[in-house]
Amino acid sequence: MEDHDHPHHDHAQEPPSDLALRVKALETLLVDKGLVDPAALDAIVETYEHQVGPRNGAKVVARAWADGAYKARLLGDATAAIAELGFGGRQGEHMIAVENTPAVHNLVVCTLCSCYPWPVLGLPPVWYKSSPYRSRAVIDPRGVLAEFGLALGEDVEIQVWDSTAEVRYLVLPERPSGTEGLSEDALAALVTRDSMIGVAKVAA
Amino acid sequence: MNGVHDMGGMHGLGSVAPEAGEPVFHAPWESRVLALTLAAGAWGRWNIDASRHQRELILGPDYLRMSYYEKWLEGLIELMARTGLVTRAEIASGRPDAGAPRATPPLTADRVPGVLARGGPVTRDVDAPRRFVIGDAVRARNINPVGHTRLPRYARGRLGVVERDHGVHVFPDANAHGLGEKPARLYGVRFSAQELWGEAAGGPGGVHLDLWDAYLEPA
Repeated sequence: MEDHDHPHHDHAQEPPSDLALRVKALETLLVDKGLVDPAALDAIVETYEHQVGPRNGAKVVARAWADGAYKARLLGDATAAIAELGFGGRQGEHMIAVENTPAVHNLVVCTLCSCYPWPVLGLPPVWYKSSPYRSRAVIDPRGVLAEFGLALGEDVEIQVWDSTAEVRYLVLPERPSGTEGLSEDALAALVTRDSMIGVAKVAA
Repeated sequence: MNGVHDMGGMHGLGSVAPEAGEPVFHAPWESRVLALTLAAGAWGRWNIDASRHQRELILGPDYLRMSYYEKWLEGLIELMARTGLVTRAEIASGRPDAGAPRATPPLTADRVPGVLARGGPVTRDVDAPRRFVIGDAVRARNINPVGHTRLPRYARGRLGVVERDHGVHVFPDANAHGLGEKPARLYGVRFSAQELWGEAAGGPGGVHLDLWDAYLEPA
């Protein structure tokens, strides 16, 4: 029974219970017909639940912060630079990295669906795929960023990247001050998923 | 198509609601829908553009109401039924039709890491006209196709500047409809916020879109 005392942000995320049953029935049918291998399904889920996620992207960002030559390669050919760290493949075949500076802030969206750089960030969060973000990121990026608690100065230029093709974008956030002595691992631990989409800054 | 999926620039769809500590999947069925979609896709009966278009074909009110993976489920069922992987009777009954042959899955667990690591690059090593070079002023064409397109409404008719040449990419408007890949040059084009949204657009900045040759005309 739904608890009406607690408002839900998005009822669409509370599926009718028969959805789980429909999916189970579909999986059973497809396995019975020999169309899918249940072990392959498990392997796909395992990959995106536990192996491919924003820690990959954080390693890329930390390397770029720590190694100027790597940063230059990342900004020149992100697909190849990201592959140097062993990441690539589905939904990251054609990567571009865009650099945040004190003067320019980059923000990534897919207004038409949910395109997102899976190999470095994993699967997108619900808000990224939601109508509010998709509709407003391009027309009101400042308002959207404010909803994430990020207030940018009026003089900061906001560049929004709408992923309309198979090119996928990774934001290279600004390295926070006070992190000069940190190791690459310690830097990576500071980097959040949201900072690599462009809805947050990295805090030291 | 001018569907509700093409929502860039719309008002009235609510505020963004980030969820702290959000899990990758909110229920096990979501993860199974993702996996079923990828595994069934391995049959090669449809491509990524066709699967995107299938989800766009969900009726607007349903599209806005459904959760993300619910849309994927509806899209997957339609793709499988349309391409003959399953029959609608099988979907309804949950059981293979009498006499239906048993297939062998193309994607086995041992192949999953390689398939995901390879992905599906869409660049093609073919000649395609380079009508524009970096720095060219271009106008996004005012087209309103009823089929699949990746030119959002908010950019149509607007003036931009070519800032990147991405090379030759599969053209979704053709590929989604089984008309072949029709590879064409893809450009990164920057539009100023004022050009897209008017003089009142707040602050400096712009929006970058990746647009195929056929979407653009010289300006």
